[in-house]
Amino acid sequence: MTIGLPDSTIDRSILLPAIFPNPENYLLLAGLAGAAKDSAAWTREADNLITLGGAMGAAVAMGLGMALSAPDRQVAVITGDGELMMNVGVLATVASAMPENLTIVCVDNGQHGETGGQPGHTSHRTNLAKMAEGAGLPAVFTVSAPDELPAARAFLTDTPAPRFLWARVMPGPPSSYKRNWDLAECRLIFRNAFLSS
Amino acid sequence: MSTAQTREDWSRQIFDKLAAAGVTLFSYVPDFGNISLVEMADADNRTRTILLSSEQEGVALCAGADLVGARGVLLMQSSGVGNCPNMLSLVQGGRFPMLMIVTMRGDYGEQNPWQYPMGQAVEPVLEAMGIKCIRVERDDELDQATDSAISAAFAAGQGVALILTQKFLGAKAF
Repeated sequence: MTIGLPDSTIDRSILLPAIFPNPENYLLLAGLAGAAKDSAAWTREADNLITLGGAMGAAVAMGLGMALSAPDRQVAVITGDGELMMNVGVLATVASAMPENLTIVCVDNGQHGETGGQPGHTSHRTNLAKMAEGAGLPAVFTVSAPDELPAARAFLTDTPAPRFLWARVMPGPPSSYKRNWDLAECRLIFRNAFLSS
Repeated sequence: MSTAQTREDWSRQIFDKLAAAGVTLFSYVPDFGNISLVEMADADNRTRTILLSSEQEGVALCAGADLVGARGVLLMQSSGVGNCPNMLSLVQGGRFPMLMIVTMRGDYGEQNPWQYPMGQAVEPVLEAMGIKCIRVERDDELDQATDSAISAAFAAGQGVALILTQKFLGAKAF
């Protein structure tokens, strides 16, 4: 029994390219599991992307640290629903800090895909858009169908940041892209690329 | 022998060193011990404060700042150390510099029994996650301890915690 949330019809593999036509214009930070795999496949692990493989709950706070320290750049965090729920209080931290260059995209498949597809809170009663609004984020938008993606793309450029996009996708495996697991190496690649830009 | 340094005095000493070292982001969960540091970071135009919901966010936030060449510090009470271990995977795995300033409870002279379990676990927990602990017990240790913590983090790229003990802070009377 659902509680008013329509089933999503978005295939997660089309989401990121559809809403970010110019990923090179962002500093990108992807939280662990599916969000990291999709982001790595989408950008072919470009040097403006950091993907996490652990530290569940870190992504939004890490993006906030980047956004506050690089105010002239646009920062986008790609996180899953499980990762976000692990430390959802960070949405209030973002709202209090009010970085004008931070975008958060939650790729919500309603399940813990990495550990066997167990249902998560958003497959039950939890509405992440309301949580983001309640935390105080000035711009919040929800998509669950492919024909809404152009509006999501516009949302990411035309609304005041910090902004939150709740992208509800169909269950299904993320990209199988094999990314670099060596965070120390990834840190240096990202950092050197940023500091020489 | 301890001279009666006020919280404002020692906080100014730490703040000036952090600001001179280029620390711009002061992330914190409020504690009696970090009130003055936070006020100083709010008042200075070189620095800003970030109120956290949970201490673990500060670990990730400082790592994010490092990715773009900036420096942060995480200020918290000893109980908050218990919220941080998994996030400290970033420090070991990514070799991010990390500077934490822990104001102790559950330590010397503590009257609240709830503070003891985590207070007594602070250093074992941090050390288990690869964070080096530098303790301050006397006023005359603060200067060198603060310099050591700053250089371990930002010159040597280590994870380090400056532990301000209740011998140094004075125990809170409740």
